[in-house]
Amino acid sequence: MANSSAQNGTLNSGTPQGPVGEKWESYKGHVSLVAPNNKRRIDVIVIGSGLAGSSAAASLGELGYNVKVFTYHDSPRRAHSIAAQGGINATKNYRNDGDSVYRLFYDTIKGGDFRAREGNVHRLAEVSVDIIDQCVAQGVPFAREYGGLLDNRSFGGTQVSRTFYARGQTGQQLLIGAYQALSRQVALGAVKLYNRHEMLDVVTVDGKCRGVIVRNLLTGELERHSAHAVVLCTGGYGNVFYLSTNAMLCNTTATWRAHRRGAYFGNPCFTQIHPTCIPVSGEYQSKLTLMSESLRNDGRVWVPKKAEDCKKSPVQIPEEDRDYYLERRYPAFGNLVPRDIASRAAKVVCDEGRGVGKSGLAVYLDFADAIRRQGKATVEAKYGNLFEMYEKITGDDPYTTPMRIYPAVHYTMGGLWVDYELMTTVPGLYACGEANFSDHGANRLGASALMQGLADGYFVLPYTIGSYLSKEIRTGAISTNTPEFDQVENEVKERINKLLSIKGKQSAESFHRRLGKIMWDQCGMARSEQGLKQAISDIRALRAEFWSDLFVPGSTNEYNPEFEKAWRVADFIELGELMCQDALHRNESCGGHFREEYQTDKGEALRDDKNFMYVAAWEWKGEGQEEQLHREPLNYEEIEVAQRSYE
Amino acid sequence: MKLTLKVWRQGGKYKGEFVTYQLNDVNPDMSFLEMLDVLNEQLVAQREEPVAFEHDCREGICGTCSLVIDGRPHGPMKGTTTCQVHMRHYHEGDTIVIEPFRASAFPVIKDLVVNRSAFDRIIQSGGYVNVNTGQAQDANAIPIEKETASRAFDAAACIGCGACVAACPNASAMLFTSAKVSHLALLPQGQVERQKRVISMVARMDSEGFGQCSNVKACEAECPKEISVENIARMNREYLSAVFASDKEMA
Repeated sequence: MANSSAQNGTLNSGTPQGPVGEKWESYKGHVSLVAPNNKRRIDVIVIGSGLAGSSAAASLGELGYNVKVFTYHDSPRRAHSIAAQGGINATKNYRNDGDSVYRLFYDTIKGGDFRAREGNVHRLAEVSVDIIDQCVAQGVPFAREYGGLLDNRSFGGTQVSRTFYARGQTGQQLLIGAYQALSRQVALGAVKLYNRHEMLDVVTVDGKCRGVIVRNLLTGELERHSAHAVVLCTGGYGNVFYLSTNAMLCNTTATWRAHRRGAYFGNPCFTQIHPTCIPVSGEYQSKLTLMSESLRNDGRVWVPKKAEDCKKSPVQIPEEDRDYYLERRYPAFGNLVPRDIASRAAKVVCDEGRGVGKSGLAVYLDFADAIRRQGKATVEAKYGNLFEMYEKITGDDPYTTPMRIYPAVHYTMGGLWVDYELMTTVPGLYACGEANFSDHGANRLGASALMQGLADGYFVLPYTIGSYLSKEIRTGAISTNTPEFDQVENEVKERINKLLSIKGKQSAESFHRRLGKIMWDQCGMARSEQGLKQAISDIRALRAEFWSDLFVPGSTNEYNPEFEKAWRVADFIELGELMCQDALHRNESCGGHFREEYQTDKGEALRDDKNFMYVAAWEWKGEGQEEQLHREPLNYEEIEVAQRSYE
Repeated sequence: MKLTLKVWRQGGKYKGEFVTYQLNDVNPDMSFLEMLDVLNEQLVAQREEPVAFEHDCREGICGTCSLVIDGRPHGPMKGTTTCQVHMRHYHEGDTIVIEPFRASAFPVIKDLVVNRSAFDRIIQSGGYVNVNTGQAQDANAIPIEKETASRAFDAAACIGCGACVAACPNASAMLFTSAKVSHLALLPQGQVERQKRVISMVARMDSEGFGQCSNVKACEAECPKEISVENIARMNREYLSAVFASDKEMA
């Protein structure tokens, strides 16, 4: 049975023994169950209502647990999963093109540059097929062919078509499916929904997670809620970079507060920089917009061969003067190389002075060939809404002039360290979806985030949580009127008062922007020892300035988005330092983590498997203390570890 | 460019009134919400309370942003959410009037922020298929005609922003409710509960205090996802046939 333990700085994931293809079946056959009459006496809190949160809460409610869901949005349907465009992977092999559970497992491990846990990834590939079935049964309107059967498209890092999609709005449709399943449980009284509530801390009693402190965002009131288990489904922390494709409110507060209460943070520096985003246009910019990776199915990426052509109109540059650099460097995968590789390649050509657009920080994504070959109508049917969005934002028409794109922060593979059962190092505290670190290693493949969020929520957590809760059936109701709840609530109050009492001059927004610039410059697409050391010292200085010169308008006894922002930025600053520390300690390049000192002579990431084939899990040791590193060694029993090549 | 903003302020020291602000340096490439960010940074710098407005994804898909801009929900452009409106559509010296979505079922929380939870409760009253996790058959077991799936998608594309209610002189939620009824009624998975669903959702919609539909069609004109009023016609048909069917059962 899975059971994590930390001894001598080595973490055990509790992955079941046996061949990788049999682990999950065997686990399910032996895990302890909670009988229906006992489930009624068990409370579970779910924080977040995106794909992982909504699917977990709905499924746990269906099973008979008493569930509470908290979201800081006005409705669960607003969660940022809604913005995922391209699709969701599943190894249905409906195309008869050679797909299998093993192949999705292999692609994901390789795509993650051999830094993910085999047992988790195989389980993910196994349950991927059930997700599609479940979503169709809920009424998710996936794209179909003329025969009425489901359509597929291909995505980066794979050579099969296994991506299911709903136009360019797959995340929206999947989230609405999960939201409707959640709404059904709310109507049945199995799940109680708290919108406009933000989690500000977790409460532990005798080492077990027993509840949370949340803030009612309309009244500012702090509330205590107890439970036998708490599940964090609060997404990633890409907004530490200020500019990212994440929604404006996405933040690390829930995961960071959990970290400070004992949950280890896994691989915090593993960040995904997505290659196809609309470039930054000015200083006022608040966020970046992704153009779906599916565009690389038909769009060709290029820059001029000669730097002096960069300011010319792209249509004036003849074919022979264009460098289709992805097709040139990676003929086997061409424009469909994984995201980390495509992003880095774009950076390389821009660094060479061959970037286009006003800033010189952009490359072309050109659909002229696709339109010639397939006709405008076909291209429009596939990507119409994306083209329209591009035109709204930039004012350019991608049917007649190539898109300009540049990489941007999009997803964080790092997150709270969890064991095979998705439990953090705090017993009773779980993390699902992007909030955990588990399945994507050092780089996530396209269309796998939706898969993992729903896998965790629908098909993994509902099984694994029983292992812990079966031991809680005699606990009874948990009081919130205890010294432990008093203490945590007081600490939250103190921090709130501290933020308000600074009464300095600068807004939370301005600090966030500065943090983002440090992170992007030193902990973004390319990192170096010197740069990271500089970043750590800059972040410490920024943190000191934040706590002495922040200005928060209004009070906390009311609806006050500026206060919410200030609290979140304070947490981002602390996380940013840990990310740099993690990036500094990992003396290798792998996936999205590219250290300039460690590259092959072709400029590819150079891993150091001998010294770094492990998950770095960081333990909070208190204010002003260095975090302690724990290692979970990665054992590849099934897959032969190799230098990743897409040539 | 220079702009004058007349912004609805409500809560705190404001009883509910328009307050005028000047912006002197608006870049045409900014989005509308980035322009409001600039205003708020300016207010914070002057120790003033910033204007509360809701927003999140800024990609036109989450449905969080709202605002009635110069009398139109989500502003002047067809099929566009507020967050996707860019300042290049405005001119030097323009005055822009910004208000919250107004409807008694959407009470104002503060300034431009309203409470749209009534929409959640309409979905909770039946906007789903009764299927538990794990009960599904193979996804390809029931073929669905491409055209039908596509029409279901058109209805399912609703982002739940509430512009339809704000646009309607009766503050009716018929477009929102009918989009969900249509999405599920068009698909084979939604057939079993088709009649029960429409009766329950319409009852909930009425009890939330939304007005009736009088075929003005402003909802369709202002909907950022261009959801068609055909859905309202379909919901009316669904409702009538469900009511007659339940009468028959009772007889």
